[in-house]
Amino acid sequence: MVPISYHLVLSGVLFTIGVMGVLLRRNTIIIFMAIELMLNAVNLSFVALARHLGSLDGQLIVFFVMAVAAAEAAVGLAIILLVFRGRETVNADELNLLRW
Amino acid sequence: MEQYVPVLIALILGGLIATAMVFASAILGPQKHAPVKEEPFECGNPPSGSAWGRFSVKFYLAAILFIIFDIEVVFLYPWAVVFRQLGLFGFIEMLVFVLILAVGLVYIIKKGALEPA
Amino acid sequence: MITPPPVNWLSLLPGLILTVTGLLILFWDLWMKPEERRLLAWLGFIGFVAAGIVSVLLWGRNESAFNGMLALDAYALFFNVIFCVVGAMTILMSVHYLETVEIQPGEYYALLLFATVGMVVMAAATDLIVIFLGLETMSIAVYVLAGMWIRRLQSSEAALKYFLLGAFASGFFLYGIALLYGATGSVQLDKIATAATTGGVSSLFLVGIALLIVGFGFKVAAAPFHVWTPDVYEGAPTTVTAFMAVGVKAAAFAAFARVFLHTFGSLHAEWEGILWVLAVLTMTVGNITALVQRNIKRMLAYSSIAHAGYLLIAMVAGRDLGGAALLYYLVAYGVMTLGAFGVVLAVGRQGEPNEEVSDYIGLGLRYPVLGAAMTVFMLSLTGVPPLVGFTGKFYIFSAAVQAGYIWLAVLGVLNSVISAYYYIRVVVNMYMYEEGGKTIEALSARPALVTAILLAAVATVFMGVFPSASISLAKESFLPPG
Repeated sequence: MVPISYHLVLSGVLFTIGVMGVLLRRNTIIIFMAIELMLNAVNLSFVALARHLGSLDGQLIVFFVMAVAAAEAAVGLAIILLVFRGRETVNADELNLLRW
Repeated sequence: MEQYVPVLIALILGGLIATAMVFASAILGPQKHAPVKEEPFECGNPPSGSAWGRFSVKFYLAAILFIIFDIEVVFLYPWAVVFRQLGLFGFIEMLVFVLILAVGLVYIIKKGALEPA
Repeated sequence: MITPPPVNWLSLLPGLILTVTGLLILFWDLWMKPEERRLLAWLGFIGFVAAGIVSVLLWGRNESAFNGMLALDAYALFFNVIFCVVGAMTILMSVHYLETVEIQPGEYYALLLFATVGMVVMAAATDLIVIFLGLETMSIAVYVLAGMWIRRLQSSEAALKYFLLGAFASGFFLYGIALLYGATGSVQLDKIATAATTGGVSSLFLVGIALLIVGFGFKVAAAPFHVWTPDVYEGAPTTVTAFMAVGVKAAAFAAFARVFLHTFGSLHAEWEGILWVLAVLTMTVGNITALVQRNIKRMLAYSSIAHAGYLLIAMVAGRDLGGAALLYYLVAYGVMTLGAFGVVLAVGRQGEPNEEVSDYIGLGLRYPVLGAAMTVFMLSLTGVPPLVGFTGKFYIFSAAVQAGYIWLAVLGVLNSVISAYYYIRVVVNMYMYEEGGKTIEALSARPALVTAILLAAVATVFMGVFPSASISLAKESFLPPG
């Protein structure tokens, strides 16, 4: 059996890739995809830990996280669309109406 | 591992039948080439425009709505697995859940979000 | 046969009332005539009042429900009342405003109720995943609310920024939960607390706590996780800004304090250092940046960041000393901030938001009631006795001193002195100059808004002069551990 640490490291790596994606990319849709990657990295942790601890909680949590992520995706894409309609861009650098 | 044997058999059978059907139609069917038949299929219409053109926002709306209702089904799976053990209580709980989703569905239909563009 | 856990309906009742009212509004809106839409506001108002009354009637109960996922205790009920009052006040302020900015009332009120459901869940949750679900229910609704002023490009930009950073933060929060789950084998707060006291603390556990701080830090707008706040508060419709500044912050602190002061109470020494730095940073960044703001919504945004810093001081002081001060100050901050945003709404008019501080010139002379109310709110936010802002700060700083954080209290007081500059500047603008300035729409046309402002002003004065009732209520809600 694959040891738990492998899963946790993989999940940590995926999470970090997600964080870097959010910090480095400029296209809001890509940023959003990176956030989804972060959530899914956490899901991987939960499933691996549930298996390791022998408790079902982790697997159940994943269902809820998926549902939340879907709701977030729907709202997020709708907001990105709304911005695109008004501004013809989804580039984070060009969203500068609000600044001090 | 033994409990996976039926799955394996189903997989092999499915693969065999699919391959057999493809080959059977290629061998048995009459082959006639015509320029119209060679065109990419687009719902019976002549194809127009580039495949990379922008889509109407309406389609995104449908896709976004699809995501939500699609994922909510995830809760039905674990429920369905233990449906009999849960009894009436579980049934009513799920009914309430689906009812709330139905409210959402009625809402988007009434708002015209699913009307064809 | 699987026996389902017993359903504790009473623990769900406030949330259920809000949910059903929200669904009713959503449904009713589909079939009603556009000119009747004001009725939706009153339906929402009734929902908030009903949920608030039910919470008051449930007072005194101390139960755990759904296998330890939700608690029906004084702490949750105290916050329920705060959320319902904030929701009801937001509706009072929105009735007229929505017509001037052309926001669809049906969706707006329904989302307001759904966001409050999330808050109620957060305050009652005794399980990290339930807190996460409450947090997301609230946040997703508020993301949409922030972008509802469709004709204003800043509004959708604010929604996008809030959404991206909020979702980013909830990723950290969730990862923290996963690590705590790995370290303790459970996501229930009482089991985590037991594991923390008996099993010692692993590094996994500590990283989990740190990630939770990041997640909560974003939601309460603590520096350095505050960068979204001014942009979002400025761009969002003003009523939504008020709702976010008070409701969302209170909800985030509700869960933050329950997790850190109760569950991680025994680990106080591990996290107090981080929160100490966060508190000082938050106060200082908030107050110093507020000094140079010209837009009043932006100024109030930085002010709300600064106040999150004061609230963090109460967290650092610990459960026994700081807990009650935290709750009391949240209420104090709530009434004065709601009132201030109410005045901002009153000064704005259709197509002319009048959000610059210079737009307030001469206002107090031409509109004495509005000017007096704004003066009360600004002085209270500064912390001038005998207003509620002073009593709240007094309790927080004395809690910090009693707990031995003298420097923290000193820095807090210094920050309050700095903040006087930008709050008093508004008052000076209102009374010292007569020339220029704006005329505003007649207040008599907006009775609901005026009621909300007056209620907030009366509460600001009354709770400041007679603090004993509310502080003993706050103590009662915090002290029974649970």
